[in-house]
Amino acid sequence: MCHQSVGLIAREVEAAGIPTLCMTSAYDITQAVNPPRAVFVNYPLGHQTGKPDDPENQRAIIRDALAAFETISKPGTIVELPYVWDANDRRWEETDYTPGFLPPRPRKADADLAEQERRRRYTTGNPG
Amino acid sequence: MPVAYIPRTRELYNAYTPYRWVMNEEPPPWTPLGKPLAECKVALMSSGGVLYRDQPRFHREDTSYRLIPKSARRDELTVWHFGYPTGDAEKDPNCVFPLERMREFEAAGRIGELCDPAFTFMGGIYSARKVREELAPKIVEELRSRNVEAFYLVPA
Repeated sequence: MCHQSVGLIAREVEAAGIPTLCMTSAYDITQAVNPPRAVFVNYPLGHQTGKPDDPENQRAIIRDALAAFETISKPGTIVELPYVWDANDRRWEETDYTPGFLPPRPRKADADLAEQERRRRYTTGNPG
Repeated sequence: MPVAYIPRTRELYNAYTPYRWVMNEEPPPWTPLGKPLAECKVALMSSGGVLYRDQPRFHREDTSYRLIPKSARRDELTVWHFGYPTGDAEKDPNCVFPLERMREFEAAGRIGELCDPAFTFMGGIYSARKVREELAPKIVEELRSRNVEAFYLVPA
């Protein structure tokens, strides 16, 4: 859903005269919504600009993605980057976004509590 | 091989009427980059539900967005999203909201300037109409008023 929303916004922004570039890990959704420029990384959802705590990997992906701003000349192009999530284990491709994949939603009471906690932390004197 | 997410979504939510994904057959709008990226003011936006400090969380079908100061530290960010497992993004927001990396690319001169603030929203919005008619025009206005010349979007 995120991929569709991002693609829709990119089309509106581009139509308003500002060039856009979308990351994607959901090739089919991005192809359907058809944004002006996109860069595909075959990583599990939630890692479109790289692996956690791996700045080198993030830097490489974003460097290649930014280059696509300047190299894509045909509207609707999706550039595919060669990065592989785990060369020895591709099982995530079988399980990503299948039943049981999403953690249960937090209960409202827990979410409210977490929000109150953040408010307390940042509004009473001693932030961070 | 890219994962086929459209059929998977159908399976995941098979109790519901199949979702009608947006299929844009017509070519997308196009604005050429006016100058090298190294001279452009670039804005970053993530749909990964990233929040700064005490910003309120996102709700169902929420078309609001948050302004994240360009200088935000990692420990000032949190993530609120229903549509993907957020564990890694909570640990390192750069997975879906690469603010630290973009600051580095600005410092290195790869982009002319990183727009302050960056933008986040919660991309799990089922109504494409709401995204187009409620959210997108506000983002266009934010970018125009800050003279942004290139827009980098990261879904989650």
